[in-house]
Amino acid sequence: MCAERVTKAKPGEVETTGHVWDGIEEFNNPLPRWWLYTFYACIAYALLYTIAYPAWPMLTRATPGLLGASTRADVVAEIARFDAALAPIKATLVAADLTAIPADAELSSYATSAGASVFRTNCATCHGSGAAGVQGKGYPNLLDDDWLWGGDMAAIHTTITHGIRNNADPDARYSMMPAFGVDGLLEEAQIGQVVEYVLQISGQDHDAALATEGAVVFSENCSSCHGEAAEGNRELGAPKLTDAIWLYGGDRAAVTTTIVNARNGVMPPWAPRLSEDEIRSVAAYVHSLGGGE
Amino acid sequence: MWDYLKLTVLGVTAVLAAIAANYAHDLAYMVNALVAMLAAAAAFVWVLRSADERLQTNEGEYMDGVIRAGVIATVFWGVVGFLVGVWIAFQLAFPALNLEFAQPFLNFGRLRPLHTSAVIFAFGGNALIMTSFYVVQRTSAARLWGGNLAWFVFWGYNLFIVLAATGYVLGATQSKEYAEPEWYVDLWLTVVWLAYLAVFLGTIIKRREPHIYVANWFYLSFILTVAMLHVFNNLSIPVSVFGSKSVQVFSGVQDAMVQWWYGHNAVGFFLTAGFLGMMYYFVPKQAERPVYSYKLSIIHFWALIFLYIWAGPHLLHYTALPDWAATLGMVFSIMLWMPSWGWMINGLMTLSGAWDKLRTDPIIRMMVVSIGFYGMSTFEGPMMSITAVNSLSHYTDWTIGHVHSGALGWNGMITFGALYFLVPRLWNREKLYSLAMVSWHFWLATIGIVLYASAMWVTGIMEGLMWREVDANGFLVNAFADTVSAKFPMYVVRGLGGVMYLTGGLIMAYNLWMTVRAQPARATMHSAVPAE
Repeated sequence: MCAERVTKAKPGEVETTGHVWDGIEEFNNPLPRWWLYTFYACIAYALLYTIAYPAWPMLTRATPGLLGASTRADVVAEIARFDAALAPIKATLVAADLTAIPADAELSSYATSAGASVFRTNCATCHGSGAAGVQGKGYPNLLDDDWLWGGDMAAIHTTITHGIRNNADPDARYSMMPAFGVDGLLEEAQIGQVVEYVLQISGQDHDAALATEGAVVFSENCSSCHGEAAEGNRELGAPKLTDAIWLYGGDRAAVTTTIVNARNGVMPPWAPRLSEDEIRSVAAYVHSLGGGE
Repeated sequence: MWDYLKLTVLGVTAVLAAIAANYAHDLAYMVNALVAMLAAAAAFVWVLRSADERLQTNEGEYMDGVIRAGVIATVFWGVVGFLVGVWIAFQLAFPALNLEFAQPFLNFGRLRPLHTSAVIFAFGGNALIMTSFYVVQRTSAARLWGGNLAWFVFWGYNLFIVLAATGYVLGATQSKEYAEPEWYVDLWLTVVWLAYLAVFLGTIIKRREPHIYVANWFYLSFILTVAMLHVFNNLSIPVSVFGSKSVQVFSGVQDAMVQWWYGHNAVGFFLTAGFLGMMYYFVPKQAERPVYSYKLSIIHFWALIFLYIWAGPHLLHYTALPDWAATLGMVFSIMLWMPSWGWMINGLMTLSGAWDKLRTDPIIRMMVVSIGFYGMSTFEGPMMSITAVNSLSHYTDWTIGHVHSGALGWNGMITFGALYFLVPRLWNREKLYSLAMVSWHFWLATIGIVLYASAMWVTGIMEGLMWREVDANGFLVNAFADTVSAKFPMYVVRGLGGVMYLTGGLIMAYNLWMTVRAQPARATMHSAVPAE
């Protein structure tokens, strides 16, 4: 049934091949010249490229290419170049007195640029890329001057090096708030009272009668860590409760949850993952964010 | 006799599936076993009820029932796939849409493979199987080989999709992109695919035309290569026959190389060769013009299938892959440029005598846009495989933009064109319900693609530049989260592009439905095999 209904060529058109499938025919046009030559050019380029660069696998290894190119060697060389250029200032940074770093213009300029990079890569996951933490979720804001474990260079350096409440580093900062509700240390009524007291001293709406009784509960149970005046204690990482800054939220529900279950946030030790110059850099960077002491 | 054998196999399968569900180690496996049990039981009942009836096969008539089913499945899965795509696009812009109460089932990580499999394998796969059955019959002047085997392919393939989709949502995955289904789903697909190969090849062998039409070369290369890719990339050992988890046979960079050999050739043979088969039939049919150059079609077919298979390593530039393999992946991708463009030239030149139809025929317009996006993305691909370009584009949204300009622009548009071509013919209707709706679909889809692709190009290049930005001391300037927040506006634009594309799909579904429901029937049947 094929080869019968061949479309007659119009002027300027070539013949068809003579095949017909379900009414479809095919012209017998030649390959477009530009297409063919571009195809040849691509093949020529490909061959030349494989001569210049590592390409053809042989018995034991691939042809290395005339240019001797190697992406791995390129990376090694680039890292070595920066390492060599930065080695002197890194050595100075590691040797310097911690407290002197912020005052030294050259060191602090280097440390904040290096520290910012370390921070974005390692710390931003929890503390946010702008270091503002996550309010109410237990990731502290590092931009303010409210410090749990201290905000001078030495304290920040220790916190980063060893971390907080982790099992990986014996020198990690450690303290534990008891779960007053879950462990039955306080009656439900007492918890209600002390919550009103905490709301009172932080300047929020509260029930004055309950708060008066809560003051007694606070004094007997909470003041050993948070202080009689609830001003906090950096030795124990106990937060100040009289301001508007809250790690896990400061409304009635959040404070109740905190007292019933306790909150014990964890930070990993960074000494195993960062070098001393990186730790010092990121400490200087955090110190420079606004709250450094 | 044959029926008794079928009943035995189906009955045993249903019982074994029930036993497997009982001993299941995980939820995904249990649900999949129950689905398999129900499918086997339903097939058992159907065979029982139709046993001893003489199979009515009329060799003088094309087998179009299975193609009609394929059209319905294509439209259904298309809308589902677009919908999930829109949803996950907005999940990226607004993470709250991961829905806390629906965890862990509806998070991005589980819906993303659901989207990719729904559009590539469910929408694209049904479109390929359905059109290949249509095209191979018409261009061979022969009814499909194998009796009801084509129906087994249709139902088997769609069962594969249901098993894969439920598995993803319930947490069964091999974690291999585009090859996520676990071992038992892979085994089932292998069976179905071999049946598909048998039907297609059987029809080619019994053809009554002296030559094999070019569309069939492409379809056959697609079926054969996908079979090979699927088997090798899914070589894995189940941890237990009663659990979904399996362990890959390859490890490390070998596993990565096999995966992307598969992954890139899934694009090359599933989404390119298969769809070229579709193009080579529907474009000349709709334009009513001869194909421009027979010679070009031969040369670009063989060049394409020879070169494509080596291009996979370009997906692993700057990884543990050795430099030599990356070089070969890159140069083979560059050599692939012109063979890919062979179709663009052939397609556009085929239309060259029919440009006037652009004004009156929105289906031709879809095909032209499809060829245009094909040309664009097959230029973009080789360009992105060049290591210097790739060092900027790799891992960025540029890649997402690239695959979507290909998938939405070329695969989607030609599938829509084929559906509009097929429905009036398969259901024997005079014409489509509404050409105005096709126009609406065309413009919504086209503008949607442009929004999608340009948003992703912008975010991709921005993201790549932000990642590589370093200060004078060599330190990174941006945190990863900085790039995420910078991309937000473009993510919203991308989502809106998706909404437009989905809306177009819904309009098409309505239009096709009304064509079948409300259009008058044609006087002559379309499905008669021409006489010798």
